[in-house]
Amino acid sequence: MDAMLLSRIQFASTTMFHFLFVPLTLGLSILVAYMESRYVKTGDETYLRMTKFWGKLFLINFAVGVVTGITLEFQFGTNWSRYSAYVGDIFGSLLAIEATAAFFLESVLIGVWIFGWKKLSKKAHARTMWLVAFGSNLSAIWILIANAWMQSPVGYTIRGGRAELIDFSSVVFQKFAIVKFLHTASSAYTLAAFFVMGISAYHLLRKKNVEFFTKSFRTGLGFGLIFSLMVFIVGDINGIVVAEKQPTKLAAMEALWNTEKGAPIYLFAWPDQEKEENTVEIGRIPGALSFLVKHDLNAEVQGLKDFPKDERPPVLLTSFAFKGMVGLGTLFILLTLYGWFKRNKLLESRGYLKLMIWAIPLPYLAIQLGWIVTEFGRQPWIVYGMLKTSDAASPVASSQVLTSLVAFIVVYTLLGIAGFTLIIKNARKGPQDEQEQTPAIEDAQVAEA
Amino acid sequence: MDLQTIWFFVWGLLWALFFVTDGFDFGIGTLYPFLGKKEEDKRAMINAMGPLWDGNQVWLITAGGVTFAAFPLFYAVMFSSLYSALMLILFALIIRGVSFEMRHQVDSPGWRKLWDTCIFLGSFLPALLFGVAFANIFKGIPIDQNGVYHGTLFTLLNPYGLVGGLLFVMLFMVHGAIWLAFKTEGEIHDRAAFTATALWPVLLVVAVAFLVYSWFATNLYANYMANRSLFVVIAVTVLALLATRLFLAKGAFMKAWAASALTITGAVFFGVVGLFPNLFPSSMDAKYSLTAFNASSSPLTLKIMLVVAAIFVPIVLIYQIWAYKVFSGKITEDEMMY
Repeated sequence: MDAMLLSRIQFASTTMFHFLFVPLTLGLSILVAYMESRYVKTGDETYLRMTKFWGKLFLINFAVGVVTGITLEFQFGTNWSRYSAYVGDIFGSLLAIEATAAFFLESVLIGVWIFGWKKLSKKAHARTMWLVAFGSNLSAIWILIANAWMQSPVGYTIRGGRAELIDFSSVVFQKFAIVKFLHTASSAYTLAAFFVMGISAYHLLRKKNVEFFTKSFRTGLGFGLIFSLMVFIVGDINGIVVAEKQPTKLAAMEALWNTEKGAPIYLFAWPDQEKEENTVEIGRIPGALSFLVKHDLNAEVQGLKDFPKDERPPVLLTSFAFKGMVGLGTLFILLTLYGWFKRNKLLESRGYLKLMIWAIPLPYLAIQLGWIVTEFGRQPWIVYGMLKTSDAASPVASSQVLTSLVAFIVVYTLLGIAGFTLIIKNARKGPQDEQEQTPAIEDAQVAEA
Repeated sequence: MDLQTIWFFVWGLLWALFFVTDGFDFGIGTLYPFLGKKEEDKRAMINAMGPLWDGNQVWLITAGGVTFAAFPLFYAVMFSSLYSALMLILFALIIRGVSFEMRHQVDSPGWRKLWDTCIFLGSFLPALLFGVAFANIFKGIPIDQNGVYHGTLFTLLNPYGLVGGLLFVMLFMVHGAIWLAFKTEGEIHDRAAFTATALWPVLLVVAVAFLVYSWFATNLYANYMANRSLFVVIAVTVLALLATRLFLAKGAFMKAWAASALTITGAVFFGVVGLFPNLFPSSMDAKYSLTAFNASSSPLTLKIMLVVAAIFVPIVLIYQIWAYKVFSGKITEDEMMY
């Protein structure tokens, strides 16, 4: 295998692995900060215990997220040096701003939060967590601005054999970036909400720490309901922006081969990249795609055949990942809506609670599918319409890349196992202090009364 | 001064800040198996860096990011040339980062021993390899006109590179031992203070050896000879190193740490001043060298980044110093989290 392909596998696997941990950091930091603020405001000890319990899970997740993020910034240099030299004038500055203006904030203050329980006032300590949440979300904004630029390059000119910045604000404030952030952030908050609800459901089913986990579940539920709706709405806007800026990606998402007016959506389609058609098409909804992306049933949407064969993304993967993501997104809305009606009878809704435990991994899956659509759907371009992935790799020996790839797979697999095992172990154990004081049965009686 | 020159020295400053802050973490981690005899000593050592190491490490991300933003061609050529060395550093940093969190999660001697080893390797290897990498940059790297590297990982492990690695390890060990003495009480404090004092003469020898060796192995002194007043950089560095010993003898650990920080900054600037305007000199032909002028970003990007750096670096320093102040007291058992 050549160094370019190995580098692609390495970057894809390390980024996707990193993004198993990022969304929970983005969302749970806000929830933990909210819990701690509730404690400061009301003096209710349950909120303090919630802060500590969910905070502990947050920290394990945070640790794995941080260490796996470091390698990403450097891989642009090690593995994608031609890309870095070509677009560094724009892309590099966005990464540098992320580190200086955002990543520092979360990293310095997380240490203060962990060790500062007795050193700071209650109020200041809670504020620290809010700043961690702010820092990590701000960090996501800059990274997503950088990614948006790869999808939709703006504000540059080609000069002296590379892309040079001419308009900074059009890079930072382009619609593509804003929509991308809102979509990614709301999906991350949905994931965090399902994480909290699922673990709470596990304990509610066992009638342990009922008050604690009822409060936790409801906190997650409110959060989850708002953001599972938002991720869907923003996702719709995202589709419009993609249609405008990345017609090949949109056509691949919907497996649309021919340019047509009143373009349809298929509930199921099996695209064949070679034959340039769908071998199976089920559930044709005429005009639906035109309506979604142009708000006009008869509008024209470009099909894949409008573009040269070597400028089309892998259609099967892109379209399946897209349909999977949308299906899951719909399910999240249904699950949180149902939960909203059952919010005062959680203990009796055993079937729903069981379902919510099994739902924990689903937002993880949906987010990974979303990134597959974003990144595979952009191929063969590394910067859409400007630079091809095949022209972007470093002139390094493939043996070097193979070695690092194998090392990444080994180390990350162990890290993943250790990280998730610890999260599951601590999640199952529940908040330790209370369990020792009150037996489960008493707790259940309290809740019934 | 033109933008490229300003950025060249800001670039050096950011790397120096990384080595000053995370340097004591690397040092403590390297000393960890030797000073951490009992479990309570080990915990004291981990907790001495516990609240701070994560923020310290971001200076690396910032230094890397700024290299990318200000000198993209240099960033591209440097990191692809030093591929294996950088990957080793990154893996070491990953392992170090999770060790602190993992070690206390399972109560078994075997588990702890595993992470103890990881803490050592995750601290020692980056210290050594950063030294090796920077010494090789001082010396020149075999890159051709297309920025393609002609060598392997072992090309970097030449005698001068290794002396550079040893210098960094010694600098960080002394730096770390001083911080540990500053943060702890009792037996571990005494051992840390003794270690700093005992390692100091070794550091002095290695530092002098490196200065002399650089005369023969590099072109760094060309700038100094052209402008003799630059020798003040070396003089300040040596004075800071002597001051470190002086403050150690007085038991003024905070001041000793500051002097040691100045020594590290001086060591970085010794090289940076000598390199200018080269960022990545080619040992194959001076024409192929990457400089602050042929590898930089556009003036607009340099300007924007300078504004960003002028605003945010001071802000970061303010809240980081605040964090250091919050945790400047001696560690007590009830605030140990790991």
